[in-house]
Amino acid sequence: MNRHVLSMHDLTADDVTRVLDTAESFREVGTRVIKKVPALRGRTVVNFFLENSTRTRISFELAAKRLSADVINFSAGGSSVSKGESLKDTALTLQAMGADAIVIRHSSSGSPLQLTKWVEGHVLNAGDGTHEHPTQALLDLYTMREKLGRLEGLRVAIVGDVLHSRVARSLSFGLVTMGADVTLIGPPTLIPPDAPTWGVQVSYDLDAAIPKLDVCYMLRVQRERQRLEYFPSVREYNRLFGLTGARAGILPEGSLIMHPGPMNRGVEIDSDVADLPQSVIEEQVTNGIAVRMSLLYLLLGSGGVVGAGGQAVPGEVARA
Amino acid sequence: MSVAGTLLDADDIRRALTRIAHEIIERDKGAADVVLVGIANRGDHLARRLAAEIERIEGTHVPVGVLDITFYRDDIGLRAEAPEVHETRIGIDISGRTVVLVDDVLFTGRTIRAAMDALIDFGRPDRIRLAVLVDRGHRELPIRADFVGKNVPTRRDDDVRVHVRELDGDDAVTVQEAAAIQEVHR
Repeated sequence: MNRHVLSMHDLTADDVTRVLDTAESFREVGTRVIKKVPALRGRTVVNFFLENSTRTRISFELAAKRLSADVINFSAGGSSVSKGESLKDTALTLQAMGADAIVIRHSSSGSPLQLTKWVEGHVLNAGDGTHEHPTQALLDLYTMREKLGRLEGLRVAIVGDVLHSRVARSLSFGLVTMGADVTLIGPPTLIPPDAPTWGVQVSYDLDAAIPKLDVCYMLRVQRERQRLEYFPSVREYNRLFGLTGARAGILPEGSLIMHPGPMNRGVEIDSDVADLPQSVIEEQVTNGIAVRMSLLYLLLGSGGVVGAGGQAVPGEVARA
Repeated sequence: MSVAGTLLDADDIRRALTRIAHEIIERDKGAADVVLVGIANRGDHLARRLAAEIERIEGTHVPVGVLDITFYRDDIGLRAEAPEVHETRIGIDISGRTVVLVDDVLFTGRTIRAAMDALIDFGRPDRIRLAVLVDRGHRELPIRADFVGKNVPTRRDDDVRVHVRELDGDDAVTVQEAAAIQEVHR
């Protein structure tokens, strides 16, 4: 495992398998009466969220607390960031307070990478601009593997606003690493021009793909990141690329409907489709806690940097 | 260069487990309240065999759980890699029961300390006892076993290994002496 989790490109297939296997044990912890283990007692995890978030922030907070780490939640409003303190100065402050791990969400792509240059602790990317959201991808991979028994060879469509979606990027990279067969589907204006270099296929026809899918993954239309001219109207978007009741009826038996949330019901997914039995949107949320526990445990539970030779750097071990 | 010496073979292990099963029954005059909890990765297999023995001898069905102590270790963050995690499945309320922890080798006692902390998170047993196949000494904590298959004097850096057929294909306890280990490494 790398020292930081910034991108799904940081994780090999073996790393992903290890994270998912370990997450399985943490799922069991989540079913106990006492949902807490002492694994990370005395470590400090800072949730540094400079962009709005409900599920990711709460999920990371719960994950760290269930590992007995101390958690500090830190957001733009109510902190010195609103007084104009720079990212670097804020990061150095967190560093000075002894953060062992910093979970960062930021509207600028690449800010987690920037952060790694200033702090000594582990950095986990909880979503940066339109770049990546690796923990979402991992919880999605976990959910697919749990429900369908494998990842290799799965036929997955990622549908909608791929252009603005860090989830689509991370999930595509992760699925390709694990040997799945990925198709990005959306209006041509919302498919990034470099998508063919990701190792995925691109299509503009959802109806043609639907009957052959194992997973239909719907993306949120990110109206806050969009200019208005990407598609003519919400109604047309829904008609061409929304998961309607009729389309859900054509999905093969046993296939999954997924969505990273928050949903725009009636836009990318019809309200009653989101509540169908094959929709695993709530399980995704539950699995997110276990997957984030797994990542925090694997990162903070190791004694230091593991170099190319698999040897710990002695100074790091001593420091821990 | 010496190969690993065998401390217990398959028959020895079978006899030791049979004796421990008798002792568990004798200690509490029956096995009605007993729950066996094996510590992953080998204690759980030994616990299942003990349960089968107790059922054969006494006719009492004894529940078996498996406990992974990784999250309760005292050396997390001291090793290069985070320790590998195994399954935990208790499957029964242990409150008010007699829990017999089962492990393959008793050494420093740190695993058992972690196991007791883990157990308490699942309930409040009336008592916790400890059964081990091999006690090799060198305790670092004030912990002792209630039921022991064999006491083996070892040097601190000897390598004691328990094989169970479910995982390793054979039943055996071997010891490789520290001097021999160094020779192999050289």
